[in-house]
Amino acid sequence: MKNRIEVGKPVGIEVSIAQSEVVAQCDVDVIAAYPITPQTHIVEHLAEIVADGDLDAAFIPVESEHSAMSACVGSSAVGARTFTATCSQGLALMHEILYIASGLRLPIVMSCVNRALSAPINIWGDQSDIMAERDTGWVQIFTENGQEVVDQTICAFRIAEDRRVMLPVIVNLDGFSMSHVIEPIRFYDTKQVRGFVGVYQPPLRLDPAQPMMFGPVGIPEIYTEAKKANDVALIESRQVIEEVWAAFAREFGNAYRALETYRTDDAEYLLLTVGGMSETASVAIDALREQGVKVGQVKLRLWRPFPHDDLAALLGKARGVFVFDRCLSTAGPGGPVASEVKTSLYNLRERPLVVGFIGGLGGRDVTVQQFADMVHKGIGYVAAGAAPVYEMVGVRE
Amino acid sequence: MLEIRFHGRGGQGAVTSAELLAQAAIAEGRYAQAFPSFGPERRGAPVLAFARIDDHPIRLRQQIYEPDVAMVLEEALMKIVDVEAGMDERGLIIVNTMHTAAELRERYHLKPARRIWTVDASRIALEGLGRPITNTTMLGALINATQCVRLDSMKAPLDARFGKIAEKNFNVLKRAHDECCAGEAR
Repeated sequence: MKNRIEVGKPVGIEVSIAQSEVVAQCDVDVIAAYPITPQTHIVEHLAEIVADGDLDAAFIPVESEHSAMSACVGSSAVGARTFTATCSQGLALMHEILYIASGLRLPIVMSCVNRALSAPINIWGDQSDIMAERDTGWVQIFTENGQEVVDQTICAFRIAEDRRVMLPVIVNLDGFSMSHVIEPIRFYDTKQVRGFVGVYQPPLRLDPAQPMMFGPVGIPEIYTEAKKANDVALIESRQVIEEVWAAFAREFGNAYRALETYRTDDAEYLLLTVGGMSETASVAIDALREQGVKVGQVKLRLWRPFPHDDLAALLGKARGVFVFDRCLSTAGPGGPVASEVKTSLYNLRERPLVVGFIGGLGGRDVTVQQFADMVHKGIGYVAAGAAPVYEMVGVRE
Repeated sequence: MLEIRFHGRGGQGAVTSAELLAQAAIAEGRYAQAFPSFGPERRGAPVLAFARIDDHPIRLRQQIYEPDVAMVLEEALMKIVDVEAGMDERGLIIVNTMHTAAELRERYHLKPARRIWTVDASRIALEGLGRPITNTTMLGALINATQCVRLDSMKAPLDARFGKIAEKNFNVLKRAHDECCAGEAR
């Protein structure tokens, strides 16, 4: 495949379009998808690339997301490199098939353009959709700008298809505030991308010439072991993920870690963020540092497998950790990220006070000032020695 | 960093305008973002689009609340939209209008110190494109007023976007660049 986009220097391109271009560079065989805002541009553009004859792939326009993921399961099982994209209600509709994809160890790559869930109907960004799927057994990676979307999409195929992993991967990006933004993104030579991703060689595949059954019933005598095997595979994928990121850095220059840190040296307080709002929060960290506040930022890139030990090592010494969630666990123990951070820290002898903030729901903007306010408020709670279970940012009551 | 808010109506190409500008800046090796207002868009209804341009990587992903420049693709929008919203006293308004800055200031009660550039973009677009679609034309006035990108940098994004009619679009943009009026003068 020729380079459709200029290589080597940043080009101004919509993040959605950039992701579909890089999926094509990764030489996928099958794309099965149903359009849903704000994911639409990704699949529309992929359909166009296929129709233009620039990508030799089957584009399967299905009638629902349930069918999209079902088609992905089938195509991946015959050994085709398979991609789909969705969000929100679409992801929710895929729910039951998500478990089947991971349970059958099918290396499907999916883009999730994070969006709120209805009701009320809301097409805008938050992370409620993906948080409802956290236990489905997929590798789940977050990004915070268009370059990361391109880079992580390339990595996703290599991670998923590694013999030691053989699990589906979700690449998350924020709906609208990332997906619909034109920004500078650097592309790589298609040949180099294809070389990096490699050729998908499934250890087992559905083949009429050698019939076999995928996904038969797992009776009580085997189900627990099957689930244990899935759990171990997902936990152990961490090592491969690190290897792939290291290889990516050598090949293409950009380095990635499960937890990214920003100005954390000597920080007494840490703000933990996930996804596209992390960059805005970094601007707040700079402003707070100028005021002499000893605060740093931790950005959670890898959501599954969850980096418990790294989190404990990184956050354990802080006085206060302020976690920003874009998802409400209704009447639960706080935002999903805050809950898991607390779990990682609980058994430490000394641990920071964890303060959970929930905001940015359904496309509500969160500003630099609001991130700075969260930090100040969090520091107040640390001084008082107690904090509410969680607090909603900017809510009118 | 330069923050620009585009005021248009659905169908007038305000989003395209922001995108073309960002692409030109990025092609110059600088940093830029362009994004629509993420609401429902209806043909004919007032819409917003935004652009940021900077010499450093842009991390800010919040919406633009205090723009340096407001581009008004159709004067009549000023009757129903506060195009000065969030602007400080240095803020610049660039309006597609047949009228003078002084007339606009009086008609829409704009702040006395407000910098106002005017250009009759509808006429230029009608003459050059045969349609009163002013999104590319207006960029000429913006470039003259702010020097935010080089005029020639608009050629490549226009080519990629408009193909055969790219040259016509560049010509109207250039004309608006040359014919726009600064401040009170007309």
